[in-house]
Amino acid sequence: MSDTAAAGTRTQVLSGNEACALGAMAAGLTFYGGYPITPSSEIAEDLSELLPKAGGAFIQMEDEIAAMGAIIGASLAGAKAMTATSGPGFSLKQENIGFACMAEVPCVVVNVQRGGPSTGLPTMPAQGDVQQARWGTHGDHAIIALAPYSVAETFDLTVRAFNLAETFRTPVILLLDEIIGHVNEKVRLPEKVEIVERKGPDAPPGKYLPYRHTEDGVPPMAVYGRDGYRFHVTGLAHDQTGFPTNNPKEIDLLNRRLVWKIERRRDEIVEVVRERCDDAEILVFAYGSVARAAHQAIREAREAGIAAGLLRPRTLWPFPDREVRELAERVRTIVVPEMNLGQMAHEVEWAARGACPVVPFGRVDGLPVSPAQILHRIREAARASGREARP
Amino acid sequence: MTDYDKYLRLDKFPLIWCPGCGDGIVLKAILRAVDRIGLSQDEICMVSGIGCSSRTPGYVDVNTLHTTHGRAIAFATGVKMARPDLTVIVVTGDGDATAIGGNHFIHAARRNIDITVLLYNNWIYGMTGGQASPTTPRGKRASTAKFGSFEPNFDIVALAAGAGASFVARETVAKPLALDKLIERAILKKGFSLVEVMTPCPTTYGRRNKPADPLLMVQDLKDRSVPRGKVEDIPELERESAIVTGVFVDVNKPEYTEQYAGLVEKLGGRRTAPAAPSGGSKTP
Ligand SMILES: Cc1ncc(C[n+]2csc(CCOP(=O)(O)OP(=O)(O)O)c2C)c(N)n1
Ligand code: SF4
Repeated sequence: MSDTAAAGTRTQVLSGNEACALGAMAAGLTFYGGYPITPSSEIAEDLSELLPKAGGAFIQMEDEIAAMGAIIGASLAGAKAMTATSGPGFSLKQENIGFACMAEVPCVVVNVQRGGPSTGLPTMPAQGDVQQARWGTHGDHAIIALAPYSVAETFDLTVRAFNLAETFRTPVILLLDEIIGHVNEKVRLPEKVEIVERKGPDAPPGKYLPYRHTEDGVPPMAVYGRDGYRFHVTGLAHDQTGFPTNNPKEIDLLNRRLVWKIERRRDEIVEVVRERCDDAEILVFAYGSVARAAHQAIREAREAGIAAGLLRPRTLWPFPDREVRELAERVRTIVVPEMNLGQMAHEVEWAARGACPVVPFGRVDGLPVSPAQILHRIREAARASGREARP
Repeated sequence: MTDYDKYLRLDKFPLIWCPGCGDGIVLKAILRAVDRIGLSQDEICMVSGIGCSSRTPGYVDVNTLHTTHGRAIAFATGVKMARPDLTVIVVTGDGDATAIGGNHFIHAARRNIDITVLLYNNWIYGMTGGQASPTTPRGKRASTAKFGSFEPNFDIVALAAGAGASFVARETVAKPLALDKLIERAILKKGFSLVEVMTPCPTTYGRRNKPADPLLMVQDLKDRSVPRGKVEDIPELERESAIVTGVFVDVNKPEYTEQYAGLVEKLGGRRTAPAAPSGGSKTP
């Protein structure tokens, strides 16, 4: 796949997991807590070397619940913190991911997806956790989730995940899959990346409100015990001071702000890549490693005379609903190939609101979706809409 | 005299604890210990899980973190690793630390990370209405052990000692002055320290098991307390119900964050404190 990591110095061959570890270091990672699980373990293995060499902290925790707790504690103490896991571990992290949403603690959670449910297919790819990324923890909340489709893009989106986490005071989920995690590609990593730091306190200690309802919805964040700032953090519903409250008005404000602070700025967060969409009649919506096959499939479809295009979201949550809707009004059919049974196809259908038919294609046998399979669906869709390629 | 008010968030009063709850006695003992050590409030981070006992940090004017049920020690590990300069104190209950959080408890002790765990043992799940805990004594009733619990209990002191803690002690709220001295020693100890504090829950334990009167419950704790060296002196029949108090472990061994700092130094790195947040933020 093409280099998306900005023109850099040195060309090297890396796997997605390696690029993720390097991206985290470039973004300023200072704390990693994790628990080994295939196919994510290389991220921890690399960071166990890179972090101590750079003066950061690495710890292998006793389980994924502990790892998620540890990165939240580290972040409140001022670190840029990350954990990486796969399906079963992602399930275990959910309660504390909710804590990070509620207490507004920036952190990055990487999930290198493998086949599920349960222990499933440890060494085989899947995209079965895309809805869990959105709704895995209980209660209303917004979430940001990114999904790279190449090694270079894994580097870029890892950096971006940290920047978004710090900007919005929120956990950000980076959804890789086994193919992206393990594929080796030539990349040129940039010498320097843009790094965003969290917004520091806007009032002196004593006057500082750690959960102030600011205009942009993101409260300024102090560091524990630094420069005289002391504050309370809880997963209970709290008011602007950070202490528990039973006041319905305050609770309502908090819950709505947690969603609003992300949804209202979705244009800053949502990134999609459009390939040959301008005149497309059949649109493929694909993300992660499946988008690699889709990229190939639309090229072959074009060669066969079918006007096919690809909409490839790099941001899965917030969902690129407007981007889908806009194209749904212009194309005849949207094909949604996924390594799950239609988890994102439902979202696409909802976003299209009947403007065109949405055809899901799911593969859950542990094997990647092939370009030929997608091409077959494109041909069928073209035939069904009377746009069959001339023989 | 300790100026308690200096350390308290008085605007958060009244306390959520029931009248007669022992948790307030522990809170005051913690403040006396902290005051004697002379730590500044900025240097302390107090972390808790979920439960009545875990509501303690909310009242203490230090850096406070009220986490999820059972996970306080995991969060505290992250705080301590990111900022070894902070004195990290975990406040937890018997259910919080030895049921749902048992794994984190033993692993933090094994690592010997410099965290002080103050474990309030009231033999019951107080906050949720008196369900059985891993420490509910055999034969005692709980809302989920209506006919009396028949499960064996954890010996928390033995658990911590066996897992590798540097400092392990037990005391009851019936001896608050002995308690604050143990807490002081636990905080000063480099490495993982545990103080098991026996404290009454009149509301959910006393009511079912008698005596229910808080004063009688404290008296009972006092009567059953036996200093560690004196166990042999009491009649054998009384030994089973005795609460053995004092210091059980006090050893010096390598502490986790210091060892980690040593590794960083050996690799030629420098243990960097995380950057303070800058004023403005750029949009990614
Ligand atoms: C994951 C999860 N499970 C269950 C609960 C419900 N819960 C809250 S506190 C508690 C038990 C508290 O008992 P203990 O730790 O002994 O503290 P105490 O209230 O007695 O001080 C339980 C089961 C919860 N909050 N979270
Ligand atoms: S329920 Fe028990 S432990 Fe909880 S506050 Fe009341 S007396 Fe204390």
